Amino acid sequence: MTAQDDVGYHARQQARWRLSEVAFWVLVLACALLFPSRYLIMTDILRLALFALSLDLILGYAGVVSLGHAAFFGIGAYSAGLLALHGIVPEPVLALFVAGLIATVVGFLTSFLVIRGVDLTRLMVTLGIALLLEALAERFSNITGGSDGLQGIEMQPILGLFAFDMFGKVGFFYCLTVLFILFLLARRIVHSPFGLSLRAIRNNPLRAAAIGIPVNRRLIAIYTLSAFYAGIAGALFTQTTALASLDVFSFEKSADLMLVLVIGGTGYLYGGLIGAVVFKMLQEIFQTITPQYWLFWIGLVLVVIVLVGRPRMHRWALWLPNLVIRRFAGRKAVVAVPERDGP
Amino acid sequence: MSFRTGLLSLAATGIALAVAAGAAPASAQESVKIGLILPMTGGQASTGKQIDNAVKLYMQQKGDTVAGRKIEIILKDDGAVPDNTKRIAQELIVNEKVNFIAGFGVTPAALAAAPLATQGKIPQIVMAAGTSIITERSPYIVRTSFTLAQSSTIIGDWAARNGIKKVATLTSDYAPGNDALNFFKQNFTAGGGEIVEEVKVPLANPDFAPFLQRMKDAKPDAVFVFVPAGQGGNFMKQYAERGLDKSGIRVIGPGDVMDDDLLNNMGDAALGTVTAHHYSAAHPSAMNKEFVAAYKKAYGNRPGFMAVSGYDGIHMIYEALKKTGGKTDGDALVAAMKGMKWESPRGPISIDPETRDIVQNIYIRKVEKVDGELYNVEFATFEAVKDSGKTKK
Amino acid sequence: MTTLFTILFDGVAYGMLLFVLACGLAVTLGLMNFVNLAHGAFAMTGGYVCAVLVNQSGWPFFAALPLAFVVSAAIGVALERSLYRHLYTRSHLDQVLFSVGLVFMSVAAVDYIMGSSRIFIRLPAALEGQIDFFGVGIGRYRLMIIVICGLLTLALQLVLARTRFGSRLRAAVDDPRAASGLGINVPQVFAFTFAFGCGLAGLGGALSAEILGLDPYFPLKFMIYFLIVVTVGGSSSITGPFMASLLLGIGDVAGKYYVPKMGPFVIYTIMIVILIWRPNGLFGRTAAR
Repeated sequence: MTAQDDVGYHARQQARWRLSEVAFWVLVLACALLFPSRYLIMTDILRLALFALSLDLILGYAGVVSLGHAAFFGIGAYSAGLLALHGIVPEPVLALFVAGLIATVVGFLTSFLVIRGVDLTRLMVTLGIALLLEALAERFSNITGGSDGLQGIEMQPILGLFAFDMFGKVGFFYCLTVLFILFLLARRIVHSPFGLSLRAIRNNPLRAAAIGIPVNRRLIAIYTLSAFYAGIAGALFTQTTALASLDVFSFEKSADLMLVLVIGGTGYLYGGLIGAVVFKMLQEIFQTITPQYWLFWIGLVLVVIVLVGRPRMHRWALWLPNLVIRRFAGRKAVVAVPERDGP
Repeated sequence: MSFRTGLLSLAATGIALAVAAGAAPASAQESVKIGLILPMTGGQASTGKQIDNAVKLYMQQKGDTVAGRKIEIILKDDGAVPDNTKRIAQELIVNEKVNFIAGFGVTPAALAAAPLATQGKIPQIVMAAGTSIITERSPYIVRTSFTLAQSSTIIGDWAARNGIKKVATLTSDYAPGNDALNFFKQNFTAGGGEIVEEVKVPLANPDFAPFLQRMKDAKPDAVFVFVPAGQGGNFMKQYAERGLDKSGIRVIGPGDVMDDDLLNNMGDAALGTVTAHHYSAAHPSAMNKEFVAAYKKAYGNRPGFMAVSGYDGIHMIYEALKKTGGKTDGDALVAAMKGMKWESPRGPISIDPETRDIVQNIYIRKVEKVDGELYNVEFATFEAVKDSGKTKK
Repeated sequence: MTTLFTILFDGVAYGMLLFVLACGLAVTLGLMNFVNLAHGAFAMTGGYVCAVLVNQSGWPFFAALPLAFVVSAAIGVALERSLYRHLYTRSHLDQVLFSVGLVFMSVAAVDYIMGSSRIFIRLPAALEGQIDFFGVGIGRYRLMIIVICGLLTLALQLVLARTRFGSRLRAAVDDPRAASGLGINVPQVFAFTFAFGCGLAGLGGALSAEILGLDPYFPLKFMIYFLIVVTVGGSSSITGPFMASLLLGIGDVAGKYYVPKMGPFVIYTIMIVILIWRPNGLFGRTAAR
């Protein structure tokens, strides 16, 4: 077997759908059918998951940190809102795509600023871009509605068939469909040779450049793609809530996103999804218990997560399933391996 | 790789369990549920706390049963982020089947919930947000707080009549700030006054120094100020630091700047500031003295104008339920609230039957020292002021 | 012309304040390579300690200031010994997660204990008002800030450059392994430095209550400003963050005075331009660590 075949073989092995992945999506769908009264929070989770997925593409696969990813989320959100408000593109699916494209263009233009510099510089440049956009949105309040946000958005039915309802059912399945399609696309991309070259860049940019990978061009490409994803997430936000306010650009939004992704783990696509679920559920539970001081408990959980360390937590979390597997399947149990962290 | 797959299925099970745990059980129909949506965290948290405190105080005083039905408050934190407000309101309406939604710390939050109130035919009691347009967004919105137009037009008239010729304005750059500025300008210039300098400061603004320097250089007779509750203290301190008080420039404005919550900590720089507002903790009525004493006893500090709005809001809900005999039909409740008149700690107030907005006395107050503490002492009253933001149309 | 000087003066005072608040972060982030986003929480602690002492226990303001430093430093050293030191070797993302968790906890805890309203520190009369200096209005309080912060900066520079401790710290940072081989107690040096940074933040917090406002959300609100100071300044020395603070302070104040409509654009634009021009900050070392 030549080296090339070898790499191809392993890449294909990696890219195969595993049973647990199928189980994950089946369970997500099951949730949708089991809890009809919780569509709204679940929609919130899905949007956050898609947004986290977009950050994972650059952080987990290309090693580009960003503290201003809300910039693209916000662009997508305001684009979708303006498109619907002025009836430019009344049909949601098409508007979603257009909003995503607008975010893509902005992503492409700003990518040149971002690929320079070290981690800290990147953090601050991305943050600065998001804050600038927020200030712009506030300044041009005749277009964006300023601090009041875009008001009076009315969404047309999806494809002219499904109208958004009060219970959030249509919105939820709309988001789920979009998330799933974009997830498939992302999965395809990260397992392609392009995705593999990104990992090489993340692990060692110098070496990647030495073996002939055009580092900057690849980074620009993935950053732009990630902006597209974030833009779609933002557009979904506006379309399902019929709102767009300055908060979509806020520092908190970007920072929360970072937390979500770090909780879930970077670099395996599901991290953002799991992180979104964990983060939102924690927030929801603590907020129900203590609407005033829930922030304290969230903080405590974050501190504990870090102090205990993720590998150990994975071991604890897998203790029961391992026991079951050993008992009934008789095969060797799943072992926790230390997770590779982002840069 | 394998541990991750295990983790995946585990996580998915986790979602299922967590969502199940979060799902609220459908409860009995007897109690009347009020969804109280307030900013309990973030920069607006003090607004949320005052209202929450006042609502609790009222329920302690008056009991939690009205017209034979138990009142149940469901407090939720929206952090003053409109999309949270909307989701929470929607969930409260759909899942908890609440009969009222109340609270709303900021204008965008109140606006975000408005379509839900209309769709669900549920009364929305606005206890804080003060932009004029809010009540026009749904026929189910009733407001017990105030509008900025009420206080700003009055202070504009007052300033023009009381020898203030040139005014420089400093307002926060968001909807309530712009409302305050425009209504003040309109009445002040109509009364013959002149605006010599107009500065809008960004909402998240740490240091007032440069803006105050502009004020000082413009040499006006007075500075008209509107900044959100909380920033007022910093403004006054820096106003004094820059020596504007010594150079004879007075501070006027709607009463938000001189919130009772903060006033006592501002120091003597605040003395002599003239503001127009609907509530002062020093309002000389028996009812207010009792209210202030009870609030101080329960929470250790003075109630501010947000607290009184919450107190009146829950009072209005109680009275409306009494009128409908405990029935919770949204239209009937709103009909019961329209035109309702009562004596509040702030003085006599009523709900305008046409706009569902509050009609109240606006007092001109001056900061003075009473028993060693700073208070807004009322010295002139404009009776039954409607929201001029709407009456002008 | 006099206005120009007043603006310059205000800007310098604001910048000095930012420097004292942020220089602890410059040390932990730049020298110890630890992303401590909880830095603002130590500043807030100092502010609240000072406020409680002055307003409730009746301490004089100038006696409460050193205590703000001491308490913040003590909490800093306690946390460093118990929690932070385990995380020096962890990835930056873990450090971010951890310190943001601490910020959340501190915010909610202060909210619980002190309430969510803004608080002020009662100042002695000597610090109120302005002095008229040849037509240039000089705020007494700001003058005090400039004096205190200026002295601190000088002292810091001297300690780092001239004393034995300074050289130990620089050695420990450059190569911890070689330094401990030479008999330098590296963990002790780090703990001391960390505590000192926290103490400075606490002092800055106490000084800033008057100008920036003090409420439980202080650490979240000003996290961005601290980060800007550190990244723009670079981390090679104290000089970088110092210059960056001054630049930021003067830029912000002058921007707001001369072009109030542009508001926040000025700061963010300056930051992005500088970072594009010099990715490692104004005074950054060329080899990124």
